[in-house]
Amino acid sequence: MSVVTEAPAVAQRAAPEREWRPPSYWPFVIPALVVVLAVIIFPWVFTIWMSLNEWKVGSPITFVGLANYLRLPADPRFVEAVGHTLVYTALSVLLPLILGTLAAIVFHQQFAARGFLRGIFIMPMMATPVAIALVWTMMFHPQLGVLNYLLSLVGLPPQLWVFNPTTVIPSLVLVETWQWTPLVMLIVLGGLAAIPTEPYESAQIDGASFWQVFRFITLPLIMPFLFIAGMIRMIDAVKSFDIIFAITQGGPGSASETINVYLYSVAFVYYDLGYGSAIAVVFFLLIVALAALLLYMRKRMLWTSELGSGA
Amino acid sequence: MPHHLISRRQMLAGTAATGALALTGSPARAEVNWKKYSGTTLEVILAKGPRGDNLQKYIKEFTELTGIKVESEQIPEQQQRQKAVIELASGKPSFDVIHLSYHVQKRQFEKAGWLADMSGYMKDPTLTAPDLVESDFSAAGLQYAKNDKGQMLSLPWSVDYFILYYNKELFQKKGVAVPKTLDEMVAAAEKLTDAKDGTFGFVGRGLRNANMTLWTNFYLNYGGEFLDGKGNILTDGPEAIAATKLYQTLLTKVAPPGVAGFNWMESMASFTQGRSAMWIDGVGWAPPLEDPAASRVVGKVGYTVVPAGPKGQYSATYGDGIGIAAASKNKEAAYLLCQWVVSKKQGARLLQAGGGVPFRNSILNDPEVQQGVKMPKEWLQSVVDSAKISKLGLPVVIPVAEFRDIVGAALTSTLSGADPATELKKAHEQYRPILERSEKA
Repeated sequence: MSVVTEAPAVAQRAAPEREWRPPSYWPFVIPALVVVLAVIIFPWVFTIWMSLNEWKVGSPITFVGLANYLRLPADPRFVEAVGHTLVYTALSVLLPLILGTLAAIVFHQQFAARGFLRGIFIMPMMATPVAIALVWTMMFHPQLGVLNYLLSLVGLPPQLWVFNPTTVIPSLVLVETWQWTPLVMLIVLGGLAAIPTEPYESAQIDGASFWQVFRFITLPLIMPFLFIAGMIRMIDAVKSFDIIFAITQGGPGSASETINVYLYSVAFVYYDLGYGSAIAVVFFLLIVALAALLLYMRKRMLWTSELGSGA
Repeated sequence: MPHHLISRRQMLAGTAATGALALTGSPARAEVNWKKYSGTTLEVILAKGPRGDNLQKYIKEFTELTGIKVESEQIPEQQQRQKAVIELASGKPSFDVIHLSYHVQKRQFEKAGWLADMSGYMKDPTLTAPDLVESDFSAAGLQYAKNDKGQMLSLPWSVDYFILYYNKELFQKKGVAVPKTLDEMVAAAEKLTDAKDGTFGFVGRGLRNANMTLWTNFYLNYGGEFLDGKGNILTDGPEAIAATKLYQTLLTKVAPPGVAGFNWMESMASFTQGRSAMWIDGVGWAPPLEDPAASRVVGKVGYTVVPAGPKGQYSATYGDGIGIAAASKNKEAAYLLCQWVVSKKQGARLLQAGGGVPFRNSILNDPEVQQGVKMPKEWLQSVVDSAKISKLGLPVVIPVAEFRDIVGAALTSTLSGADPATELKKAHEQYRPILERSEKA
């Protein structure tokens, strides 16, 4: 964008001295342009094109206009998948945000072996999701899993975890939270380190309680960081595939089938590429809408909190 | 039926002999020219499992016989299916010979025209050994391998019958007799269940999609048919509701907790640990059950046919075949390989190791082959008995995966208390348009 706006200015300045010649920056733009066209624009245009066709592997391709999109609202599996995606995303954004902030506050304090413990705490983030999923699948096992054993130690009845439609999404969110709380903590820790000490000193003089200090000083000051963390988590959670697929494949039944898992089935198990592409397009729009909503909220928050605007 | 087949075979043999006489004037038999395609290299794509192992283990013998080099790879079933379909659709598959699952891929492959027609090769005495005749394959095998026009598009390789595995020790302890009917099976399972002790009467697939193979066996025994004459799906009728109720009772009342997430692997684990007294699944699991390193129930497993339902007794049947990609440039050489794969020697080896059951009656019923079976005699008996009551376990349609996913999800939700009739109705409202769209296209 900036290249385009600069171009006339350069041309004007050069005009009185030399005769006109084609702008010389084009050779430098072309590689980037080609890459963007090939790996971003082309796949998108092609996906949209596929979504307008009845495109089943092994059958001839026919143009059907918006028919694939019209199938979506009448497809109960898709509608349910949207619901599952939203619940799954909401939970796996909120829980890591809350727990990550708490963890960041704890790890911001000075205590012995802090660096070492921080290192331990961020280890889940470094593990491979599929490996994590396999370990958790074993822990979730209703008869042989360690989680039910732990529950039995405190006198709670055994749970079915991912094997029951009502508890499957919370159980999956548990895994997601376990893995991604450290990321939120890291971001918020950065925020905490950047807060000046003066507000805290004056709060101490004014006799603010611990809660008041957190609510009126710490929280507003780390808000911009929480938004960044929330945005990253949201985009990650909404697209989550590996953990869900490896643990439940969308089951039991279709109780944990998110848009992504359903999309995979449609495109690569049912080989219905046209319909799958339509889902992909709608899914992309959903992600963009959610991200836009967060950005909008962030902007509003920054307007009202003058301290936050500096960050 | 057998009469009809025999007469056709005799007629074919007769015609061939007359033809030969007319051409040469002498009744000399043409010999298969095994070495004709020596030097060719074939690529084979296999699904991971005992069939693939059996091929790879002895492939040197084929190369010695024909001089054809074979490069094969085994890929886990789900991935193999995806890879094969994507490559075939591209028109330039990287393989000449493909191992296919009939119960999932038959209609899809036929409709797309991805497989080469073998009918001509089978009639050519320079390509086909005299013992390989159509009528030697079981009815299910021919139903799978032939298209509507009667062309052989693949050779039936290995059949999978559903049988009942039971734990003799648990049965003895509770004084329970081996069930002959599904009702008896429920009663037996109730007696065998001791939740406090952690033992359960029955285990089977509860996982969506996988569970359909178990459920359809109940459905068949309740008198269900998959499609009517016009190709409409019938799996939400009264037979389906009755079968689902049975399925729901078994998997919620007398099965281990969490069974809604069990595939064959988890079911087998429960059975080999002695936690479940009965298990209905494919016939191919005898080797792990009888393997002391993997099983605690070695020597205690009983094998029998699936108990009868009110409207019949069937063994839900699935199967694998071996076919030639229509785009292959080495079709004749590939045909020699397919023929070798289903040959008597290879089939006997497969059966004797318990890794699969050949579709060819001449192998299964050969006393000498039976003698060499390493699995318990009861297992072999259950195979022979199941062959007599075999019936295809899934509708032969293109959107099989959708059928298994959608109806399978309905079944799984009955395990958490949903009403069978309502769930089936909902699932079929969803599935019918998909089926119509695919058959219409």
